[in-house]
Amino acid sequence: MVERQSPLEPAPLEPELRTGSHGDFEHGVDVILSETRPGSILQLAAWPGQEKELISGIRTVTGLALPDGAGAGSTDGVKSVFGFAPGKFTVVDEAEGLASAFANVVTPDIGTVTDLSHGRTAIRIAGPKAEWVLAKFFAIDFALPAFPVGAGRSTMHHDVFAQIQRTGADQFDIYVFRSFARSFWKALCHASEEVGYEVQ
Amino acid sequence: MLITCPYCGPRDVIEFTYQGDGNRERPQSASQDLDAWNAYVYDRLNPAGDHNEIWQHSGGCRAHLRVVRNTLTHEISSVAFARGDHKSVARHKTEGKS
Ligand SMILES: [Zn+2]
Repeated sequence: MVERQSPLEPAPLEPELRTGSHGDFEHGVDVILSETRPGSILQLAAWPGQEKELISGIRTVTGLALPDGAGAGSTDGVKSVFGFAPGKFTVVDEAEGLASAFANVVTPDIGTVTDLSHGRTAIRIAGPKAEWVLAKFFAIDFALPAFPVGAGRSTMHHDVFAQIQRTGADQFDIYVFRSFARSFWKALCHASEEVGYEVQ
Repeated sequence: MLITCPYCGPRDVIEFTYQGDGNRERPQSASQDLDAWNAYVYDRLNPAGDHNEIWQHSGGCRAHLRVVRNTLTHEISSVAFARGDHKSVARHKTEGKS
């Protein structure tokens, strides 16, 4: 596969893109920001009535069982899946080549597989203030009972569309369009300044 | 104003795009019935009260929705997926009033 270059590579005058502690971290680092760089980011869509077949195909390929319900999902730390719209799912793998693994499973009569690996950037925010920082960006409920681990949400920050999956009690993975990733990342850094953040 | 998307739950109106009057009946694309096309393009009920509308959750799941919104109060009494039986919201509205 074509080698990917991160849109978040540090530039000389942009310290927030560099690893290390930033902002008000004297009293501790309350969020950690990183780019997870998964090898595969796919969008799967089922034709109406084929949702169960698609969900079972996802299980066959990834080993991940999708819980029932809108926005439900799961993760094993390497592969992740969540629903982001009716009959539509985002599936992520640390390794490349996930699209070809689905090629013979999601047949044309079940639905479609779209490889977005080069089109999305995955940003992780983790730490005790992750919920608090994200609540400044998105008008959705980040509390654990309303947004359980594994679940996904489709929303936006201004006009930047974002898919968010909770991958831990205080950890979220945010998928944004690659072309918006740099400005979104910088905004996230600015929003994290007051709690102290570390870029890994 | 909050719209409760059937998939995403309650979301701010900023995530939604208004797609127009939900009472319109689009003629078959080959239709040459000019009155039907005229009605589809121009005729609007413009009610002071409950109004059938089409919205898209463009900043979320992107589903098209049938919404009943009160034009006086902005109260939203019903939201359903637009896909499928397009009369479902109107029926819901009638049931709610009976
Ligand atoms: Zn929605």
